Amino acid sequence: MKNKKNIWLSGPYLVWSAAFVIIPLLLVVYYGLTAKDGGFSLEYITAVTQPENWKALWLSVLLSLVSTVICLILSYPLAMILVRSRLSSGSMIIFLFILPMWMNFLLRTIAWQNLLEKNGVINSVLSWLHLPAVNIINTPGAIVLGMVYNFLPFMILPIYNALSKIDENLFHAARDLGANSVQTFVKITLPLTVPGIVSGITMVFIPAMTTFVISDLLGGAKILLIGNVIEQEFKQASNWHAGSGLSLVLMVFIVINMIVTSIADKDGEGALL
Amino acid sequence: MKMMRNRKLMALGITAALTAGLLSGCGSNTTQPEDNKEDAGEVVVYNWGDYLDPETLDMFEEETGIKVVYEEYETNEIMYPKVESGAVAYDVLCPSDYMVEKLLQNDLLQELDKDNIPNLKNIGDEYLQWSAQFDPGNKYVVPYCFGTVGIIYNKTMVEEPVDSWSILWDEKYSGNIYMQNSVRDALMVGLKSLGYSMNTTDEGQLEEAAQLLIKQKPLVQGYFVDEIRDKMIGNEGAMGVIYSGDVHYAMRENPDLAYTIPKEGTNVWIDGWVIPKNAENKENAEAFINFMCRPDIAHINFEYLTYSTPNTAARELIEDEEIRDSDILYPDMNALMDTCETFKYLGEDAEELYSDKWLEVKSQ
Repeated sequence: MKNKKNIWLSGPYLVWSAAFVIIPLLLVVYYGLTAKDGGFSLEYITAVTQPENWKALWLSVLLSLVSTVICLILSYPLAMILVRSRLSSGSMIIFLFILPMWMNFLLRTIAWQNLLEKNGVINSVLSWLHLPAVNIINTPGAIVLGMVYNFLPFMILPIYNALSKIDENLFHAARDLGANSVQTFVKITLPLTVPGIVSGITMVFIPAMTTFVISDLLGGAKILLIGNVIEQEFKQASNWHAGSGLSLVLMVFIVINMIVTSIADKDGEGALL
Repeated sequence: MKMMRNRKLMALGITAALTAGLLSGCGSNTTQPEDNKEDAGEVVVYNWGDYLDPETLDMFEEETGIKVVYEEYETNEIMYPKVESGAVAYDVLCPSDYMVEKLLQNDLLQELDKDNIPNLKNIGDEYLQWSAQFDPGNKYVVPYCFGTVGIIYNKTMVEEPVDSWSILWDEKYSGNIYMQNSVRDALMVGLKSLGYSMNTTDEGQLEEAAQLLIKQKPLVQGYFVDEIRDKMIGNEGAMGVIYSGDVHYAMRENPDLAYTIPKEGTNVWIDGWVIPKNAENKENAEAFINFMCRPDIAHINFEYLTYSTPNTAARELIEDEEIRDSDILYPDMNALMDTCETFKYLGEDAEELYSDKWLEVKSQ
């Protein structure tokens, strides 16, 4: 009886996901695997090996990796500080990190454009202080900055959650048994936060891999990422087959990432027990 | 328990229905004056985003009693598949030159009944001549807005006179040049500077243009579309490729800016009203187009958009002499005939070729 009721409750979601997730996905698969005349073809899947597309894909992987590593380096210590600080001030800091997310992602990225521009806010302040100007706008550096800024909360929160779940007694036990703080970190804290780290990596890497807005706005559209190529195929070239084919290739990367996540998560849960 | 929930739902439904009835009652009271034209029906308009003063839609509804169902699109390419699929029966569209051609080639438009559009007489002959390039005999299109593409530059940063595309390759301005971030507009600059047609389908010529753009890429600060205007206003760069419709606004905000149409020639673009084949309210569509061609209405829309209007009678209503006689907004259209062109629809194969070449430039 109870089970039946639960199925009934998930009905709206099933309808929703069939209509807006599964069917569109099947359409992408269909377009990706057919040529313009409608016949089956791998032409648009193998198109990824063309030097332009390959370069864009490689750049996407590279920039997303760099952003993910920077996010991790910034987030981990911060999450530790947040967990150790008293609850009230900790939630205040968390609030400060979530606050920008209440604003639209596009607006925040455009704001960065204004900050970084040649005559932008940062350079105005620098020139007022008689310091040399920073010319970072429209470079890969600006894209990485945009990615880190936009996706940082997605790294902090899972790590923070994983850290706050650790039983305080484990630390006391470690200290009782003679472990110094480095040993405690390596043997207790780090292994227990692996699930958080991994889900943080996924939540930063995937959106960074697929973005096209950040590279357009902060990269001056001079640096082409795979997301830009797909966007161009759909919106400018009206070639849905090529766009879908490349999307399928991109999905492979995302699936690999998710498999790694689920394996690591299992390990993580095993470690928790 | 279940019964009660159902009853609650029913009550909610009835309330919703009542409210809707009440609201629609109010609506018709305010939009339709005494000489009630209840059966005037509706007209489904599919226009570019923010491409007319919304006030003119209210005026149209009030005067004719025809209800306007208004939808907007961002690019021609987004509009086309929706019209082709026929999922929504639109009555009026506002495509650009080459898209009109594509719609015509695929037999998606119907001829206008000019007797229903007497205000067509307000459209200047020279503009109809231009639109005849993609609509032979002016049977399908009523021009709405037009313009050119040229170079906007900052007089304090550029010393020499600007009259040619070649200045966009001058290393002195490295890092201070903006290019258009769209296939045809960007390749147009390359093709025109080489003296080729911007509608070429010759792969060799396109490759040459692409190589020229690749050579230029290190000098370019960025590829943008609408942002170029704001960046030029903010003194972020020395020059950029821009649509003339944005120039007037930019020069008002920053008097150091100037605009020129390069001597090698450029793109003259025209957007116009058309009626798709599957339109359900053709007469209402013609009434709408006729209304948009009325001088006072075209003038309101000009003031709102500041895009050049081909409506000569509306242009005379512009009070500011500087704008009315501006060379930028109203260049000598006959003189442009020698070097300039409108974009043509080149077919799918050529579209793909252009797109590949552009990708080649962008991925460098």
